[in-house]
Amino acid sequence: MISAGLMASTLDLLAWAPPGWGATLAEALGKSIMIAIGAFSLGLLIGIGGAYGKLYGGPVTRDLLGIYTTIVRAVPELILILILYFAFTSSINNLLLSWGFERIQISGFVAGIAVLGVVQGAYATEILRGAILSVPPGQIEAARAMGMPPLMLGWRVTFPQMLAAAIPGLANLWLIATKDTALLAVVGYAELTLVTRQAASTSKAFFTFFMAAGALYLAISIVSTLIFGRIEAWARRGQVRPGSR
Amino acid sequence: MKFTSLIAAAMLVAAPVAAQEIKIGIAAEAYPPFASPDAAGNWVGWEVDFINAVCAAGEMQCVITPVAWDGIIPSLTSGQIDAIMASMSITDERMETINFSDKYYNTPTVIIGTKGVEMAATPEGLAGKIIGVQGSTIHADYVEKYFAPTAAEVKIYQTQDEANQDLAAGRIDAVQADSIALDAFLATEAGATCCELKGAVADDPAILGKGVGAGVRKEDTELLAKINAAIAKVIADGTYDKITANYFASSIYGG
Amino acid sequence: MQGFWVPRRIVMAAIAVLIVGWCVATLNWTWLAEPKYQALLLQGVWNTIWILVVTMVLGMLLAIPLGLAQAAGPWWLSTPSSAFCGLIRGTPLLLQLWLLYYGLGSLFPSIPWIRQSDLWPILRQAWPYAVLALTLSVAGYSGEVMRGAFKGVPHGQLEAAKAMGMPRFTIFRRIWMPQAFQRVLPTLGGETVLTLKSTPLVATITVIDIYAVSSRIRQDTFVVYEPLLLLAVVYMAIAGLIVLLFRWLESRVPVKTA
Repeated sequence: MISAGLMASTLDLLAWAPPGWGATLAEALGKSIMIAIGAFSLGLLIGIGGAYGKLYGGPVTRDLLGIYTTIVRAVPELILILILYFAFTSSINNLLLSWGFERIQISGFVAGIAVLGVVQGAYATEILRGAILSVPPGQIEAARAMGMPPLMLGWRVTFPQMLAAAIPGLANLWLIATKDTALLAVVGYAELTLVTRQAASTSKAFFTFFMAAGALYLAISIVSTLIFGRIEAWARRGQVRPGSR
Repeated sequence: MKFTSLIAAAMLVAAPVAAQEIKIGIAAEAYPPFASPDAAGNWVGWEVDFINAVCAAGEMQCVITPVAWDGIIPSLTSGQIDAIMASMSITDERMETINFSDKYYNTPTVIIGTKGVEMAATPEGLAGKIIGVQGSTIHADYVEKYFAPTAAEVKIYQTQDEANQDLAAGRIDAVQADSIALDAFLATEAGATCCELKGAVADDPAILGKGVGAGVRKEDTELLAKINAAIAKVIADGTYDKITANYFASSIYGG
Repeated sequence: MQGFWVPRRIVMAAIAVLIVGWCVATLNWTWLAEPKYQALLLQGVWNTIWILVVTMVLGMLLAIPLGLAQAAGPWWLSTPSSAFCGLIRGTPLLLQLWLLYYGLGSLFPSIPWIRQSDLWPILRQAWPYAVLALTLSVAGYSGEVMRGAFKGVPHGQLEAAKAMGMPRFTIFRRIWMPQAFQRVLPTLGGETVLTLKSTPLVATITVIDIYAVSSRIRQDTFVVYEPLLLLAVVYMAIAGLIVLLFRWLESRVPVKTA
């Protein structure tokens, strides 16, 4: 079987239907993208909360958030993933068991999103904090002085202006999210990198599969860069471009 | 926001079915002829067929769940899987952490090495050689105890396939593993050109264990009894021999 | 330091001490007492640090021409340079590492003259591939940073130097490079910490860094969390040292204000 795989031309290995691995790789790519989207969204939620906490929260909140972002930014993602992947699931199960519930099974998908989301959250906190700070304080004070309610102030004044400043950082963070899903290969989750490795080691066509996966990741990166470029141009509409007079 | 509700939905969906479902953990790596992924993404091999037979015999609803080999025991104890059936040998050291079912196969441990290079499966025969071995295995423990003092270097790999790959690439001189897994490698084109069998290692039951069994959490005694009964049934009714005949010339149940 | 030890911080520090105390008292640290593991841990830390230093230095040396080519080079230099940076930044490092080690590594032995050359004893080891992959990664990410730094140097200064008849290389060495370097210095510390955080990936190709040592201990002893916690502490300590080192470096570089 394996010698037959060697005989077959390498492009046949990428065909859609078996004996090609195309469909399997595409499914793994889908999983990688779904996890990246989930982790990025969770990271954004944590980041919004974290940024507001760091800027307007009490002193204890601020210190705790400082500890969170410092730890996440100093410890390798791989180790955080291992610690959280095992600790997160076993502590939930221990809690459930001690309350007399059945053990639940947390799928690798959910655990992956949760773990990468916590990591993304720390970076998102810093990016959004910087973006909020870039909004001229005079505008916020003016809106407050006019009696604008806080929610409306956030939506109408802070949000539109911080968006332009936040998007380059968030675009970068999204690219990190897509690439960090590869780390889940180390805990055995069947995302693109792990499936690539399995395909490569089964067929012995290392170059073919690693190159194909590289092309897929690169395509995600290029498409995302284009999309984020569009969004940034839209968010900056009406602003004076630096350089133009 | 949409995605958080999606996650919540995924967790809710996961919770009720989990009650009857038994997640059988296998190593997420190609380990032919026991378990390896095919091009359609399905897991195939002797052990996969055996798992399906055991689950059918025990009327259990099983889901084969691939996890990283070096995290497979933590995955069991932390509850991501309910049983390990990944060619894991029954050893006293592992018994301190988890429980094992009765053994379901037992094969000798061998050394393979680069063709034409003189070596033997003894500490003297491997002196000055670079030996590759998969981490968290009985083979890693064995090599560490017997061969490490005289060998040039012991390299520890995450998967067996990577060790084989590096042997074929000439990065290491010898590999120790289960005889059947290595036979399968020697039967491939890469294995046949580069390497040959160098012999079986001397037995040490304390390290090499008492054959391969299914691992379960210590507290899951009910599941253990169920698996044991199912294994006995699969062996007694001839299913075991039928599966074995599809893959091997002789029985691998061993003594 | 005044103003740091306000009452709430003292309470938080006390809680932290309690948590650490609880960790020391209740978790399993007996493996730390074994001389075998102590020696391995030291070796692992050393390997992590030298790989980090070597790849940062080599990567920055590559990043300078990459940045320069993109900022001021002709199209046949700038296009490949930016394509290289895009390629490195657009794909996961883990994939690059495996492509180099398993892809190239399976190609080399099939070429007889490589296998018979004097380089083979080095090429058959894992660390050259680890160093190569990390160096290219540093070059790709920092090349982008250097591009911005070179572009940020006011054009008038370069024109003035040219008008004064300064040779091109002298302009680069005396005016362009020092100012670009001053601009990247604050981000360089961050880049180094990012590189530190990607070093554990080399353990997946059998390089024995501190991460590989900790997984070895976890596999030998079946202790799940404690080696990982130690690992987190070790990386935080190294990251802290890097931050301090760069802060000191920055204080040494004179900042001229107009």
